[in-house]
Amino acid sequence: MAKTLFEKVWEKHIVTTLSDGTSLLYIDRHLIHEVTSPQAFEGLRLTGRKVRRPELTFATMDHNIPTEGRFDIEDPISKTQIEALEQNCREFGVRLYDLKSSQQGIVHIIGPELGLTLPGTTIVCGDSHTSTHGAFGSFALGIGTSEVEHVLATQCLLQKKPKTFKVEFTGRLKPPVSSKDMILKLIGMIGTAGGTGYVLEYRGEAIRSLSMEARMTICNMSIEAGARAGMIAPDETTFQYIAEGNRPFAPKEAAFEKSVAFWKTLPSDPDAKYDRVLTIDASSVAPQVTWGTNPGMVMDVTGCIPEPDKVPGYSRKDVENALEYMGLKPGTPMTEIKVDTVFIGSCTNARIEDLRLAADYFKRGKTANSVKVLVVPGSQQVKKQAEAEGLDKIFKQAGCEWRESGCSMCLGMNPDQLKPGERSASTSNRNFEGRQGKGGRTHLVSPQMAAAAAIAGRFVDIRTWKI
Amino acid sequence: MKPFKSHKGLIATLDRSNVDTDQIIPKQFLKSIARTGFGEALFYDWRYLPDKKPNPDFVLNAPRFKGASILVARNNFGCGSSREHAVWAIQQYGFHAVIAPWVERGETKIPAFADIFRNNAGKNALLTIELSESEVEEIFQMVERFPGLEATVNLEHQRVTLHLAEEISFHFDMDPAVKDRLINGLDDIGLTLKKDAEIRAFESRHTAQL
Repeated sequence: MAKTLFEKVWEKHIVTTLSDGTSLLYIDRHLIHEVTSPQAFEGLRLTGRKVRRPELTFATMDHNIPTEGRFDIEDPISKTQIEALEQNCREFGVRLYDLKSSQQGIVHIIGPELGLTLPGTTIVCGDSHTSTHGAFGSFALGIGTSEVEHVLATQCLLQKKPKTFKVEFTGRLKPPVSSKDMILKLIGMIGTAGGTGYVLEYRGEAIRSLSMEARMTICNMSIEAGARAGMIAPDETTFQYIAEGNRPFAPKEAAFEKSVAFWKTLPSDPDAKYDRVLTIDASSVAPQVTWGTNPGMVMDVTGCIPEPDKVPGYSRKDVENALEYMGLKPGTPMTEIKVDTVFIGSCTNARIEDLRLAADYFKRGKTANSVKVLVVPGSQQVKKQAEAEGLDKIFKQAGCEWRESGCSMCLGMNPDQLKPGERSASTSNRNFEGRQGKGGRTHLVSPQMAAAAAIAGRFVDIRTWKI
Repeated sequence: MKPFKSHKGLIATLDRSNVDTDQIIPKQFLKSIARTGFGEALFYDWRYLPDKKPNPDFVLNAPRFKGASILVARNNFGCGSSREHAVWAIQQYGFHAVIAPWVERGETKIPAFADIFRNNAGKNALLTIELSESEVEEIFQMVERFPGLEATVNLEHQRVTLHLAEEISFHFDMDPAVKDRLINGLDDIGLTLKKDAEIRAFESRHTAQL
């Protein structure tokens, strides 16, 4: 029978299926960070259990660490959490990429960098953006702390088989429109719960022509559509990414060739059936900007803030609440909205390609007066590469702050936060109320749109705007 | 895990859709390494004013909802971050169950709860109940009309009963696997560890494949 990419990976990992239909799924890679793991390790201690496969478990610290003065964590509670991770990794024999490591970074950025993220594997992490790794054709999903404990103890996860949803992007994207705009467009169309219960598979000409970095941005935000995971079939672009660079956990030489032969069997069969299908013409996608308080409240940059009763999928009250929080009036053109802060970073858009695209704008223009711009590389390796290319100098000369790697203002667990009423253009993934700081107003955009907003001091249509 | 069979208590309504886990428990409370102490921080940004006094405009601060143990909200409850702290905060505040509606958009049925939140709730015996939009709307209206309205959520019979002079009762669907675990208070890890022979057999053939 014809199978989808997801079904092939799923079936390869079933240890057993219980009588109630739940499957015990084997997990190839378990990624850990400081915020969602301490209670799971504590659970193991209380029950006298061990980590079953410590060599398949990889930890880093990314969520609550400062991006300047990173070795002097002032917040005692944050410090305790970091120390707890160090202690837990020591006690249970888990490899840790700590703040001193040249390979530390946001967990979803270092997985691919280290060669941990490979096609056909199952990957979990106590973080919803684990969907990022699906860009390689892995089944990767975010889990809660109880499930983290379950995977630590058993290397397995209990799962009901999700449904499949094919998202076909036809045509070609027209730069400077980017993959961030593609995924925001999709979420705008299906809503933040439109993917709940499904694994999304992104396909089509527009997907095939994207780099791995751009594909990761799309899979990363699958969770913002509510999806269990997002996946893209591996191809030559994938194989090349895995082969190049220093990826210590990727197969090499004969093992690599053998793996490629297996990876080539993974793409969905031509006549595979999906539970749901949607087609989007990528060539018609415009730069996207969110206007509300969830990623589904999004529009073309050429649009105006909507009237409360004219937004499909949202009640009048939902829209009124969102506009009140965002401090926006219906009818205002998006390009008249000014920004106070620009954040370029996060597991969505802090890979080297994202920084290159943003730097290309800052080469040509300085940040507008009074706009604060934070550029936060996704990992130490991204930082090193960017500095080797001189991108840090471009950012600094344009008036941006160049920081150390971490999650930073994406969720503001560290000191990088918006103040009440401050408005940001952010390359991150969530514009929820208070996410980037209590009272902060977040507009999600691509790195190019964020850089242009930093220079213009307001949102601009980067297809027509001239510096 | 403590078994969940049935619970009777006061209903509180929160008239919001897409309630995200950042809103349920803001990030500054995720720095704790404990599993307890989150109840005070539930809905922190909505619940407290800048001077940390209770916000009188936030519905859960209304005297009529004091002591509520069944929360009713709108569609896509618990979206966003995977933080299990959201479930812990809801429980530690005093809720035993959350009720939300699935909605129909064209030909698709959108579930009431976000995936990871619903999973996390199941692991902690916080009952998540999906009803239709009109049923949830009816609960909202009844709570407005009859202050102090209580309900019983019975997992065994999969029913929500509103305790009015003339009782109203709704059936809800529940995954039999989740129901079995909740009613019997089963420990997932303990059960999985009993499959050790199967896991070992899988490991011996699977490593070769990678």
